[in-house]
Amino acid sequence: MSESLDSILKLDSDYFQVFGLPRAFALGTPTLEGDFHRLSRRLHPDRFARASAEEQQWSLAATALLNDAYRTLRDPIQRTEYLLKLEGLQIGEEHAGKGKAADRQPPPDLLEEVFELNMQLEEMRMNQKMGEPDPSLQADLAAARSRFESLLAAVDSDLATRGAEWDTGDVTTRDKASKAMAALLDRRRYLRNLVRGVNEVLAA
Amino acid sequence: MSEERAPDRVVGIDLGTTNSLVAYMEGSEPIVIPGVDGSNLVPSIVALDVVDPAAENARPTVTVGNSARRALIENPERAIYSVKRLMGRGLEDVQDELKLFPFHLAEDIEAGEVLRIRLGDKTFTPSEISAYILRQLKRNAERYFGAPVTRAVITVPAYFNDAQRQATRDAGRMAGLDVLRLVNEPTAAALAYGLDRAKEGLIAVYDFGGGTFDISILKLNDGIFEVIATNGDTHLGGDDIDNLLLAVALDEIGNEHGIELRQQPDAIQALRKAVIEAKITLSSEPAVKLDIELPGGGRYQREIPREIYEQLIQPVLARTAAPCKQALADAGVTPGQIEELVLVGGSTRIPAVRVLVDQLFELSARGKKPHTELNPDEVVALGAAVQASILAGSSTTTEELLLLDVTPLSLGIEALGGVVAKIIQRNSTIPASATEHFTTGVDGQTNVAIHVLQGERELAADCRSLARFDLKGIPPMTAGLPRIEVKFLIDANGILQVTAREQRSGTESQIEVKPTYGLTDEQVESMILDSFDNAEADFEVRQVIEARLEADTILAAVEKAPTSPAWQQISDHEKSQIETARQHLIATKLSGDLQAIRAATTALDHATRNFAEKMMEAAVSGAMRGKTMQAASEELDATAPAEVSAPHPFAPAEFEESR
Repeated sequence: MSESLDSILKLDSDYFQVFGLPRAFALGTPTLEGDFHRLSRRLHPDRFARASAEEQQWSLAATALLNDAYRTLRDPIQRTEYLLKLEGLQIGEEHAGKGKAADRQPPPDLLEEVFELNMQLEEMRMNQKMGEPDPSLQADLAAARSRFESLLAAVDSDLATRGAEWDTGDVTTRDKASKAMAALLDRRRYLRNLVRGVNEVLAA
Repeated sequence: MSEERAPDRVVGIDLGTTNSLVAYMEGSEPIVIPGVDGSNLVPSIVALDVVDPAAENARPTVTVGNSARRALIENPERAIYSVKRLMGRGLEDVQDELKLFPFHLAEDIEAGEVLRIRLGDKTFTPSEISAYILRQLKRNAERYFGAPVTRAVITVPAYFNDAQRQATRDAGRMAGLDVLRLVNEPTAAALAYGLDRAKEGLIAVYDFGGGTFDISILKLNDGIFEVIATNGDTHLGGDDIDNLLLAVALDEIGNEHGIELRQQPDAIQALRKAVIEAKITLSSEPAVKLDIELPGGGRYQREIPREIYEQLIQPVLARTAAPCKQALADAGVTPGQIEELVLVGGSTRIPAVRVLVDQLFELSARGKKPHTELNPDEVVALGAAVQASILAGSSTTTEELLLLDVTPLSLGIEALGGVVAKIIQRNSTIPASATEHFTTGVDGQTNVAIHVLQGERELAADCRSLARFDLKGIPPMTAGLPRIEVKFLIDANGILQVTAREQRSGTESQIEVKPTYGLTDEQVESMILDSFDNAEADFEVRQVIEARLEADTILAAVEKAPTSPAWQQISDHEKSQIETARQHLIATKLSGDLQAIRAATTALDHATRNFAEKMMEAAVSGAMRGKTMQAASEELDATAPAEVSAPHPFAPAEFEESR
């Protein structure tokens, strides 16, 4: 019984294996959603409602794996983080308390801009507390946000480039590319938090 | 794959705040199963019957539904409505509810404990009350099929958290049901609408019920119903509108008539009933008149035009806007991209709600109308029946349909500093899992405590405590050496399962779960047995109640006998025989002995047979000359049981205006 279930999907598969995809940063299929639906129809607990308890347990684990895999692979950033982790790098936001310092420090090339932005945010918050809006400050912050958003876009573009290098490269190339991607992810996370902070202040 | 069970039907149940329903798939269409009184809706009202103190080991019996409505007004301390508002909640959560609803809680509830509600001199958990409602629905279905019903799909608000879902599932178990699946209400509604596989595209379900509000965005594609995002408010519904109107009325009565009704629970319930009727009228009429008799004989009369009513309730309706916007944002869609909108729940009949929905989703601006073809009170139950059919594989219509739902709240673990580390994001398709690793902080530590929460906030204190897990049986090692892998799995019901393994030694850790605001498995088991005992005893108890009511009927008639002219026409001997039989019946009634009561009833009936005939003759030939036999017997019937008070579960219920 478990052998035939195993032939449908091994529960220790990685997310790429779930979809029969090669490990790559570029998504290797245009039909991920369709495949997800097809596999859902086969694995979902609703399809096993009249099966034995053992089969139901298997279906639950298999579908969780399928859902986790789909959720991760369809989002470029989650996919990138996942593959880097799979390849052995320490990546991603750890739990608070064991935090990686890298994504909490401003990227060195942006130190001045970040410093200035933080000052502006502080000032804006003060203005809001006092109920004294400052339109020119607001405009400055909106401009700063646009700037950081285009930096973010640049990071995403770099990530795609590095990903392609890794997909087509040899061991040395891969090593360089993955380290670069890890750093880019830290930078991206930092910039995202920055933009989020500005959005909060501007929306208030 | 052959079934070993006797084939029995699988039903879908909508366990609602205000009304509950049971439905099943008949051929290719779901239909609602009516109760004994012919009504599709069973009001979610439970009343504790007055227990005959003379009966030994008297078990509590309850009345559910329409029959229990009267108890709300006549015996409010023995009756409860809207118990769904208390499911899976703790003392701290329900303080607002306690101000607005006549819930009487036990005095000694601790923080984090399951609630206990007082009805009369007994206490019940919210799950037990809900179990009585479920059992009534189960019986209605069994009566309809003439066969047992043991498996059901039960719906829950999409925004229900883990504790609320567990409480619902516990209620199902207590009622003797194998709960195949908990289905989210908006998703069920989408199923009922999308039964036609040709329906495709992005749909939104706006579900505004008696106590809860849900908004779900779904993508329909080739028979797959995929929820993209969901949001809501489990403290928001028609009840809040009722309470607003009630408060206004109470204030006006206080000011205009100097009567403070707030201390009189029975008067409040009567007023509440009137206010609800007014609310319903205002959905179709431009104005309504309240006209209520007050204690002391005065009347409270007030005309309410719809405009005033709408102004009053606007803040309640406005609370549905933010969850809608958040759900759209989480789904990454604009209102203009929503192709179909489905309205669910009785509160969507309010014209002002339809105006709001139209604005939020830019419907008429795009030449669209919301879907209301299916009765908004019934559509959730119908959808549950469809899901039940999918799971049972009982219909070719449903065999290719598949529901892919999501978890509405992020799942997190409390970390150092009281911060929450999110491990599963909200709107993740379920089943979903996450694996985390823990270790010990002290040498030789053999267990690790994990606090799991649900919610979107950063601090544990601002999120919902789901449960505390104690991982025990960790082999003693140096601090930091054990590597405990904990797997969190949210199942298809949206309920969390946890397993753990210490990886270095390979031992499975035992997990002791302390559910917050919930019951342990053992506690639920014990409550099942109680209910089960009740179920067997219940049939007999029902028969005894029936027999007592019959006895009361004849006793009441006999008590009036001396006032009839025919009484003079019977002999003293006969009178004394009647009196003996009467006393005997009164005495026997106190016993629980069904046969004895029936025998004594028959005996009194025989003893009064001659007298009854004489009464008829007197009626016909005396002052009522010229009336038909029908009228005469009606006259005789008029002395019969208006006074009988105990609402009998099988009595023809008062037909309420159905919504």
